[in-house]
Amino acid sequence: MSTYQVPTMAEMAANSQTPEVLFWVGCAGSFDERYKAVTQAFVKILNKVGVSFAVLGPEEACTGDPARRAGNEFLFQMQAVANIQVMNAYEVKKVVTACPHCFNTIKNEYPALGGNYEVIHHSEFLQQLINEGKVTLQGGGEFKGKKITFHDSCYLGRANGVYEAPREVIKALDVELVEMKRCRTKGLCCGAGGAQMFKEPEPGKKDINIERTEEALATGAQAIAVGCPFCLTMMTDGIKNKNKEAEVQVYDLAEIVAKDMGI
Amino acid sequence: MSILPQVAFILILGIAGFFLSKRIQFLRRNILLGKAETRNDQPENRWKAMFLVALGQQKMFIRLVPAFLHLLIYVGFLVINLEVLEFVLDGLLGTHRLFAPILGGLYTVAINVFEFLAVAVLVSCVAFLIRRNVMKVERFTKPELKGWAALDANLILVIEIILMFAILTMNATDQILASRGDAHYLVLGPLFFSSFLQPLFEGLSTGALVAIERFAWWFHIAGILAFAVYVTYSKHLHIFLAFPNTWYSNLKPKGEMINMPEVTQEVNMMLGIPTETPTDAPAEIGRFGAKDINDLSWVNVLNAYSCTECGRCSSECPANLTGKKLSPRKIMMDVRDRAEEVGKSLDAGGPGLGDGKALLGDYITKEEINACTSCNACVEACPINIDPLSIILQMRRYVAMEESGTPAQWNAMFQNMETSFSPWKFSPSDRFNWSEKLKEEEMK
Repeated sequence: MSTYQVPTMAEMAANSQTPEVLFWVGCAGSFDERYKAVTQAFVKILNKVGVSFAVLGPEEACTGDPARRAGNEFLFQMQAVANIQVMNAYEVKKVVTACPHCFNTIKNEYPALGGNYEVIHHSEFLQQLINEGKVTLQGGGEFKGKKITFHDSCYLGRANGVYEAPREVIKALDVELVEMKRCRTKGLCCGAGGAQMFKEPEPGKKDINIERTEEALATGAQAIAVGCPFCLTMMTDGIKNKNKEAEVQVYDLAEIVAKDMGI
Repeated sequence: MSILPQVAFILILGIAGFFLSKRIQFLRRNILLGKAETRNDQPENRWKAMFLVALGQQKMFIRLVPAFLHLLIYVGFLVINLEVLEFVLDGLLGTHRLFAPILGGLYTVAINVFEFLAVAVLVSCVAFLIRRNVMKVERFTKPELKGWAALDANLILVIEIILMFAILTMNATDQILASRGDAHYLVLGPLFFSSFLQPLFEGLSTGALVAIERFAWWFHIAGILAFAVYVTYSKHLHIFLAFPNTWYSNLKPKGEMINMPEVTQEVNMMLGIPTETPTDAPAEIGRFGAKDINDLSWVNVLNAYSCTECGRCSSECPANLTGKKLSPRKIMMDVRDRAEEVGKSLDAGGPGLGDGKALLGDYITKEEINACTSCNACVEACPINIDPLSIILQMRRYVAMEESGTPAQWNAMFQNMETSFSPWKFSPSDRFNWSEKLKEEEMK
């Protein structure tokens, strides 16, 4: 009988080991009560498949994305340079993360500061595992035959052109993938990007997440799949606001896959 | 024959050329008020972007109905301008339909094609007027499209309609005169569209017809030249600037924010990281971020002059859709208006940028830039690859780093990040707590 392993880079280095991939957990993945379940689900999948991975654990710090988008370049670079020093010291080559904001920042913005890694989003990673036959899906589990809609995250989609990987993951289950009116390049933001997650919205007629939730509900889907911690929060809040918690659930892709695998 | 018309023509051409070159210099200077930025990498991808997006109208076709109508006007504009070549030569040489004898039967075909396109342009312009003024398509009714912007849009459409009527009238009267045996006019093959106008003119005397035909000819060529000058004052500049604008597109991933090397220097010093010490004295550090147009890149200002205010950006903007003050189109219009204001002031020997006003504050408010989710919907939607987001983010940098004027909740987030390396106030030592339960759970 063995338990799930969550090795840190420090532990690995102490044993002169180098993992194939660093799982970048992110702040939401570490601290957000709801979203911690996504981190755990993804780690379970990594364990189950036998991926050689490690996390930074307490050595991880915010990528700096919200500071940069809110205009504080100093703070962003302080965070970024410190993270890059840690990752370079561990000779990290490949990074996987479930957060599109971390994904975008490490992939596109760290190179200018001396951090060069192969960075992939967990939706792409999951798709690869499915394609390689390392994850065998059981046909949907509790989602079998149900309608699922996928909400495109701006920092995954428009920012980095990842539209199909998350959809391929969903299609690998025995479920019906339904699209919202605004999807892929036209996908509507959940309202949290650009550091909006950390402040009240400016005055307006409506909150953006409500607009998006209405669109998701209009598909008749029983579950909304997301690939971003902020989107998860915003869509979950939207569903609560519409009193639909009983009928419609919001899940991250990793949770859907883990549930199907029965872990 | 009198050479008076030729002299008059050269005079008109000269005047139009003079005003046009003045305006081009003015626009060029204004665009270069922006900061230097080199965007000459990947030339093959830049040409590709220009051919597909500007010449090929690729992104227009995301919305089919306006794309089709716009295509008719665009093709009409390109092709009918071939006829302008003949107009200019006829005007200079004192000839009439110079190419007709050379091209023979092909000339009639060409004129029929021009007439077809003239009618297509006319119909499209009428449809566009209806979309703006009768149907009131939502993106044409936003607050920033009041006043001059609305008038400008309608004027362009009306001028194009009148110019197309001038071509058709000219051809109709020309052929009646030719059929009456006037030696100056050549009998062409049947002209399909203008023949419908002929009954209007058939009862008129030859003298009256010559007057109408000449008036239509002069009106058309002078109208085109005047329109070319007008365009440089108008949102319609996109007909030229769409090409350089797409060539200078941002080819990096849309999510990437440009690095600030001047900040990296200081950060490295603070963290005690040895850097390649700049041997040359650091260039005078300007402002952090953007307060006025000279803080932006020249590409941002080029973007502003290229914008034709179609509003596809704002109609996709989540902030704008939910009633916030932010409108990416207004950001672009504000940048252009400010560049015009500064340019005019400089030309008049005035203070230019030092007039006590600024883009941020006098044109764009913090409420607008604070509403942006940086989702890139506006950038994606723009048919000619304009990037309003880049401007918004540069202004946020100014507000945060020069004014410390970010919203209180963002300041709190900054503080959390400084003290606990997370945007939320959690102890860094708790960062790995999520794994504790998992490590005890039996693996299934």
